[in-house]
Amino acid sequence: MKASVIVFPGSNCDRDAAVALEQVTGRAPAMVWHGDSGLPQSDLIVLPGGFSYGDYLRSGAMAAHSPIMRAVIEQARCGVAVLGICNGFQVLTEAGLLPGVLMRNASLKFVCRDVHVRAEGTATVFTPASMAGRVFTMPVAHKDGNYFADDATLDRLEAEGQVVFRYSDTDGTVTPDANPNGSRRNIAGICDGNRRVLGMMPHPERAIHTLLGSTDGLGIFETAVATLH
Amino acid sequence: MKARVTVTLKSGVLDPQGKAIANALAALGISGVDDVRQGKFIEVNLAEKDPARAREIVERMCRELLANSVIENYRYELEGA
Repeated sequence: MKASVIVFPGSNCDRDAAVALEQVTGRAPAMVWHGDSGLPQSDLIVLPGGFSYGDYLRSGAMAAHSPIMRAVIEQARCGVAVLGICNGFQVLTEAGLLPGVLMRNASLKFVCRDVHVRAEGTATVFTPASMAGRVFTMPVAHKDGNYFADDATLDRLEAEGQVVFRYSDTDGTVTPDANPNGSRRNIAGICDGNRRVLGMMPHPERAIHTLLGSTDGLGIFETAVATLH
Repeated sequence: MKARVTVTLKSGVLDPQGKAIANALAALGISGVDDVRQGKFIEVNLAEKDPARAREIVERMCRELLANSVIENYRYELEGA
């Protein structure tokens, strides 16, 4: 599987994503600078976490209009898989590849800790249907992770099975207490209609080794390798 | 020509920052505040002299970048139009 990681000015999880990808694919991904206009041939494009363009105007708003994003959008429309993590999720919504928006956390606080998310059983390139109900422990680190979309959009996402992860407790029960940022319906991750573009606030690339406290994130990358090889 | 763009949150969208400001006003003893909504104010200096064309340009910048239509509304005025 050939992977590319997009590097924006202010990205800070690009190296972590590269390490995770190399661990599961056996080869280093291409690191692609935001000012480039073309992408190397890729089976998977990762938009990493960080604070692209200093979160100016709105998180992800500037990055969504950077030169490389034209190529990413074109590739996504051609069916290339895209994983947006944290700031990458914000970029995907601002670029119109995923619906909704990530607003300021309801607490107004930067939240940096491990959370639990439940896989909803949506079969995507990154999550097989058999993952349904599995609870992942992964860190979040964001101030703008409060997923918002209007009721009609949320109902459509649920009906089409595009909600991939929800914040839950350790048993997989979705409760208000388990919601770290005020996201509507505890949404932590969603996919596009083709199940090939996934945006999520938790960081699977920071949960790939026991030294990091969790290996739960590996399953997401391993599934991508198995589906996309 | 100068464009003054105001971006506001749509009604129904929660605004925790506005709420925090309202709480701070109450803490200052400034009473009578029902609600606070925080938005953005952006000034853009345009080379364009023709008001109709300036409007087109400002509309496009609002739509494509300055406001996110999922949660925000925008309005603007042109100074010197």
